[in-house]
Amino acid sequence: MAMLEVHDIHTYYGNIHALKGISLEVNQGEIVTLIGANGAGKTTTLRTISGLLRPRQGTITLNGELISELPAHELVYKGIAMVPEGRGVFAKMSVQENLEMGAYHRNDKAVITSDLEYVFGLFPRLKERRRQVSGTLSGGEQQMLATGRALMSKPTLLLMDEPSMGLAPILVEGIFDTIQAINKEGTTVLLVEQNALMALSIAHRGYVLQTGQIVLTDKADKLKKDPTVQKAYLGVD
Amino acid sequence: MLRRTLSRVSWVDVFLRIFQLVAAVVILIGLYKTFTTARYSSEQWATLAFAGLAQGSIYALIALGYTLVYGILLMINFAHGEIYMTGAFSTVFLAMYFNRIGFLQSSPVLAIIVLILFSAAVSTSIAVLLERIAYRPLRNAPRLIPLITAIGASFALQYTFRGLFGSQFRAYPDIAVLKGTWNILGFDVPLVQPVVFLAAVLLMVALYWFVERTKTGKAMRAVSEDKAVARLMGIDIDRIIVSTFALGGALAGAAGVFNGLFRPQGVFFLMGFFPGIKAFTAAVLGGIGNIPGAMMGGLLLGLIEALGPNLILEGLGIPAANQLKDAIAFLVLVLILIFRPQGIFGERLAEKKA
Ligand SMILES: Nc1ncnc2c1ncn2[C@@H]1O[C@H](COP(=O)(O)OP(=O)(O)OP(=O)(O)O)[C@@H](O)[C@H]1O
Ligand SMILES: [Mg+2]
Repeated sequence: MAMLEVHDIHTYYGNIHALKGISLEVNQGEIVTLIGANGAGKTTTLRTISGLLRPRQGTITLNGELISELPAHELVYKGIAMVPEGRGVFAKMSVQENLEMGAYHRNDKAVITSDLEYVFGLFPRLKERRRQVSGTLSGGEQQMLATGRALMSKPTLLLMDEPSMGLAPILVEGIFDTIQAINKEGTTVLLVEQNALMALSIAHRGYVLQTGQIVLTDKADKLKKDPTVQKAYLGVD
Repeated sequence: MLRRTLSRVSWVDVFLRIFQLVAAVVILIGLYKTFTTARYSSEQWATLAFAGLAQGSIYALIALGYTLVYGILLMINFAHGEIYMTGAFSTVFLAMYFNRIGFLQSSPVLAIIVLILFSAAVSTSIAVLLERIAYRPLRNAPRLIPLITAIGASFALQYTFRGLFGSQFRAYPDIAVLKGTWNILGFDVPLVQPVVFLAAVLLMVALYWFVERTKTGKAMRAVSEDKAVARLMGIDIDRIIVSTFALGGALAGAAGVFNGLFRPQGVFFLMGFFPGIKAFTAAVLGGIGNIPGAMMGGLLLGLIEALGPNLILEGLGIPAANQLKDAIAFLVLVLILIFRPQGIFGERLAEKKA
């Protein structure tokens, strides 16, 4: 049994049929990437898994437990965290307060403090700016903050929506290194990316999404060599 | 070039500029005349100012309820004045009872604290009830709908109280210890004014601490910034919204008791209307959604109302200026909405969108 099993979900925005029967699996310990063009439904898929959107049809299970009926705020307790598209930092709150919000559902104060230090170890930049209002951070720092905040909930499954968006290439490398490091320490990652090449180079497996449907899935290195993927997402002619 | 600039300036802009200028000139003339004729002694000014601060701190407490709810739901809870009324009104009976059994005389401080807690509990319950039955089902409705519901809820509360208790005024009993005066900076001030002011400030400090430091307070700020992301953090936003209404209700309830101690005319079923609108004015004055803004806005409005008539209107030769207090408050509301809709401390409303 896979850790996360998404079975034939259909999600709508009003009358817009955004996901037309998506099925995918993520196994414990994997990095799985979801790639696809703008508007393919990547964000919608993540928002449905995290409970912000409700599928009109289909099921989602986490470790065998049906989670597609649960409200978003309860999924954190099940071990799911998400770094939303556009980072979604609380701009008026300080860096440290943002991180504390990540640990909102936890009550183990001492462990929270040590996790805070862990996140600061991962992103020393955040430690220097812990009292700064988050809205004044640079894009890269905000990405670090959003990632650190998600880690503060001690997730077993981390959903990331385009962590490389709008970042300079050198920062993108850093973010991807971090994702790999987090994964090595035991967190399973479902990664949505426009930057398909980078995503496929750190992922174990990948799914290709097109207008609300999965059109292709394979091991990451196979997808990288797939001619349609190369043409459509990797910019290779 | 000049023409292009001119064509961008609309007639409304021109009109508003002129209006602004006229308003400023009128106010300045009023001030000038008042001061040159030295109509009042500094003693009298101080008396007015202290009364204004006490009244203003009551507005501030109520204004916080508007601002807290607006900050989270972008909704103006126009029934908030009635939330204030329910606490003040219910508590008058307890106060009379305490008076009868002598509790109010034997240990006035404790008695007043109990009254405040009781009033806060009533207002909180009403606020929570309103949220649950009147607003929550409309959370995703167009913004005009909950506004209309709020007005309906106001009437419902007003006429429930009228039905239960009739339409006469009921005064809070006199409390002997609050009757004295206190010498502040050489002025004799009725004791009740600084007491109300300080108690209100204490509550505001407590609220500020709550919102800044506690977990629930931080969650409130998170919800007010981004509900979806807040849910991802594991925050149950329904719970936070209820807490926000409860907090605003508690402050309004406390304000109800302060009002009862401070103003002799007592409570009646329409008593929430004017303070409600004035507190709303205060919240807008400070920038709606902004907590320190509501506090400062309340105090400022209290002062403007207390000093404005004598300071400006009398200078202009307007008779019986003191009776125009209410008009001054609404003039302030109109002027801010025209010239600085984001309030003194607020960001532009447009940024907060819908
Ligand atoms: N709030 C919304 N209301 C209506 N339609 C929406 C909404 N959000 C997304 N959609 C539509 O759903 C489809 C999938 O959008 P989604 O945001 O999931 O795409 P995406 O793959 O994440 O794209 P991108 O790479 O641009 O982020 C698109 O056609 C989009 O127009
Ligand atoms: Mg997207």
